[in-house]
Order: sequence, then C-alpha cells, then structure tokens
Amino acid sequence: MPIHEKNLIRPENISTHDNLVMDGIDVSGDWSTFIKTRVVADYNEDLQDEIAALPGGEYIHRCWQCGSCTNSCTINAINPDFNPRYWIYLIRMGFESELVRDKDLIWQCVSCNKCTSACPRDVVPEAVMKATAHWLERKGYTRKSSSTVFDEVFSEQVIERGKIEDGEVVMNFFNRTGQKLTQPWLIEMVKRMIKNLPVQMLTMMGLATIFKPKTRNWGPARDAINDYIEEQEALLDEKLGPSVPYKAPEPAPTQIPAE
Amino acid sequence: MSETKKYKKVAYYPGCALEGTAHAYNRSTKALGKELGLELDEVDNWNCCGAMEVKNIDPKIQTYLSSRVMSIAANDMGHDVVMAPCNGCYHNLKKAEYDLSHDEKSKQVVEKLSTKAGHETYKAGQVETIHALDWIKDAIGEEGLKERVKKSLSGMKIANYYGCMYTRPRHIFPEKDQGPGSESTTKPHFMDDLLEAAGAENVDFALKTACCGGAHTLSDSDTSTKLVLNIIEAAEASGAEVIATECPTCHSGLEMHQIRAEKVLGRKTNVKIVYFTQLLGLAMGLSPRKVGIQENISDSIGLLKEKGLT
Repeated sequence: MPIHEKNLIRPENISTHDNLVMDGIDVSGDWSTFIKTRVVADYNEDLQDEIAALPGGEYIHRCWQCGSCTNSCTINAINPDFNPRYWIYLIRMGFESELVRDKDLIWQCVSCNKCTSACPRDVVPEAVMKATAHWLERKGYTRKSSSTVFDEVFSEQVIERGKIEDGEVVMNFFNRTGQKLTQPWLIEMVKRMIKNLPVQMLTMMGLATIFKPKTRNWGPARDAINDYIEEQEALLDEKLGPSVPYKAPEPAPTQIPAE
Repeated sequence: MSETKKYKKVAYYPGCALEGTAHAYNRSTKALGKELGLELDEVDNWNCCGAMEVKNIDPKIQTYLSSRVMSIAANDMGHDVVMAPCNGCYHNLKKAEYDLSHDEKSKQVVEKLSTKAGHETYKAGQVETIHALDWIKDAIGEEGLKERVKKSLSGMKIANYYGCMYTRPRHIFPEKDQGPGSESTTKPHFMDDLLEAAGAENVDFALKTACCGGAHTLSDSDTSTKLVLNIIEAAEASGAEVIATECPTCHSGLEMHQIRAEKVLGRKTNVKIVYFTQLLGLAMGLSPRKVGIQENISDSIGLLKEKGLT
C-alpha cells in the first residue's frame, strides 16, 4: 500500500482574485492562484522531550522516518490523514501547532501493533501514539477522548478489585460519555444474545452484576498500584507542569442582521 | 517444537473475559481439555492481566498485573507452563516476560509493587506462557486429533481468524518464526492445522491477522464496524460459512459489529462466528450445549444441524 502523504498546501492558504490588475496586467481568475507563505515561528524545542517523558514515548528519538509505521497502519488504510510517521516528524522537529491540527485524530490508534512489528528502529510507534494523545489532553488542547474515558473506567475497576465485570464497564462507559443504551443495534444484539441462552447462564450473568468478581486479599496490591500512580503523576507534573483542563472554544457570537 | 507432549498438565489462566462475555470460550476450552484427557489447573486467585486498557494508564502497571499471575502459577503452584486461551491475556503475559528480561526499569517496578503487595516477585523464565492453540497442537497434535474425531467437520468451510495480539509485535514471541513446525507471525497456521485435522475445509483467507478494532470497539464504534465488516466480507468472499476465532475481544467484536453493520449501514452478512475450541469440541463428539454454542450471539445452530454436528 502506498504511503499517502498530507498535502502541505491548505485550502485556506490558496487565494485567487476575481478582479486583480497588477502593473496593467489582468491576473484575475484561477491561472494566477497565489499560495500564502507558510511561516512557522512557534517551534517548541522541548516537544520531543515532553512526549518522551510520557509513558510509551521513550523511544521516539530513534525514528529515522522510513514510514514503515504509516505503511502498515490499520487506520491509515481507512483514513489517509492518520499518519504516524508524519506526527513523529512534527514532534521531532518541534512543530507544535502543526501537530495540534490533528488533535482529534491521533487517539484513534487501535493498538493493532502492526507499526511496532514493522518498525526497524524499535520506536514502538503504537505507544508513541498513545503518549501523543495523552500529551494533547494534558496540555488542554482537546477533551479526554472516548478511548481515554474507556481506559479509565476499565482500569479503575481492575485497580479497585483486581478483576473486571464487563457489564459494569460498559454501563459506566456509556454513562460517562453520555450515550444512550437504547441504540437500535444494541437492543438487537441483546435480543439475539438471549434468544438461545440457557436460563442458568442468564442467572449467572445477573448474579455477576450483584456479586462482583474480585481477587481475594487485593488490598495491598491496590495500595501499591495507587501509590505508584501517584508517584508517577508527581514526576510528570514536575517534568511537564500540571495538566491544563480543556476549555471548549467559545461559540461565535450570533450576528444580528442590521435592520 | 522439539520437546513434545509437555503440555499435558498446565496452569490455566482464563482471565476476566472468559468469566464474562466469553463464557462460551471458557466452557468449550474446559470441555475440550476434559474430553482429550488434558489437565487444566486454574491459577489460584488470579487477577486481570490489564487487557488493552491499563497499559494506557501506565505500561508498567500492566507488566506488574501480568507478572502477579505468573508468580502465583510458578511460586505458589509449582507450574512451569501457563496456558491462556484469551489473546489479550496471552499477549500481556508474553509482553511482561519480554519486558522483565529486557528492561531493567520494568523489573524494578515489578519488584517494588510485588514486595508492597506481599507476594513473591516473578522472575523472567519461571514459566512459559502458551496459547490454547499451542496447548492442543503440542499435547494432542494433528495426528492425535484425527484419531479422536467422532463427527468430522467435513464440508464446513472455515476462515481462520487470529487477530492482532497472537502475533504482534513479533519480538515478544521469540518461539515464533523459527522454521518448520513453529508458528508464523505473518501467516499463522496453528488453527488451520487443527481444524483441518478435524476435517474442516479451510478457505484461502487473506485477513487472518487483520485488526478488528477491538481496543475501540465501544469508544470508536464506527471505525470498528468498518474494520469488522471488511474482515467478514473478505471471509464471505473467500467462501467461508464460519469464521473460527481464538480471542474473546475479536469474537465479541465480530458478533457485535456484524449486527451494527446490519443496523447502521444496512450491510447484512451471514457468516457465523464460532470459537475454534467449540468447533474442535463438536468434532470430538461433544454436544453443542457442552461447548456453549447457545451462548454465542452469532446463531450457528442451523448451520451445525445442516452439517450433522448436533
């Protein structure tokens, strides 16, 4: 599969003029399309170090831009704008504003590990994608992705009880992301699930929602993990500064038409 | 595999999914083991391996969680082989093994957490983690299966679907890609071998290791539906009636998004999703109920009747 590259010429930077005469020559129309100069003045020289400070980003410096990651990528195959090689390039060059343009895309990595398997430099691009997605959230560029919400819902249960109960994970996730459980495909799935299900299985599943599965004597492990998370958070705060909460952009003021 | 039949008795790590959505996989694995005279000794008081989520909070917590399971199997129960049928568990135990033998920092974190949690620290090399495919392949083998077939799967066209976590990233599976007899990370064939021994006709399926989007099955459903539909339609195009699975995330992902594709995109497909252990169990003469066919969402009962497997 070919590597689809991003077009660096953006639509908003292309200008044509319907009526333009320069030095007596009419330059109106498409034939004299102008492209506005692209100036990058806001390098973040620490960008690579910031990503490397997050879990999973450690090996980004190894990348030599061969493109094996993008070439093998599952998501790139369905969305050419999903381009791990390009993002690693931007991070290593410090092009923060360019990277932020794709803030709502990077979290979509499905962790299939094709990139990590293909990478000749052991960059572990899959983990770099996760680190980058977390960096964007941490800097307040974007709200927590639904993937991050799912990870949190899931991990909270594992840390709390040692095991998960999948029904509870699904319910909590739908609650926290404000989704309805009454979507037609979900109802259809439950219908088909219980169609042939033996009664004892139904009872077992019902009981699991009351008597949650858990690991016995899990307390000390839970405390150890929570202490570790706290330590790591403190270290990250030291290196990257505290998390910045996401602020949704103000909606544009409504124009009142002049009478 | 040089040493053979060493997997007759193994520590069994079912994991959370097999006690929840994938109870059919758990039921059929146990029933198959019993039928074949193999002993499964469940890891005592196990915990979640971290699945695909905890690593995104911190990969080293995942390494610790997986190491605790291996520590119990080795230090408390005296096992040297852990069998995990779930691709996620299998992958995470393998990953922990790799990290603990290659990364000093992971080792330190695991040691610190294990000590605080009050159990013995797992040391790399104490156990070998295997998948249910390795287990049957080694302990029974194709010849052994052929001898035991009571109801051949003959005439059943199967696409074998292995998913991501069984083969990638390849560096955590040092035993794979070792020439004849070993499993391949790019063209896996263990499931093909076993089902063929049970009489099935394996179709030429190109997407054996494609991704079903399982990690985002609920958090990015549209993407998952696209990926699943691609896999299912490719399987149907190659003539498959059944997609055989070996991973609870893939299995429930395929079932769920097959319905979602039908309801949201209007693309109806008919291929049935069945665990490979269910298919092998049926071939060994076990009843559909014994291998949990009724517990699948994908309704394969009609097809099994037609093939004389009920």
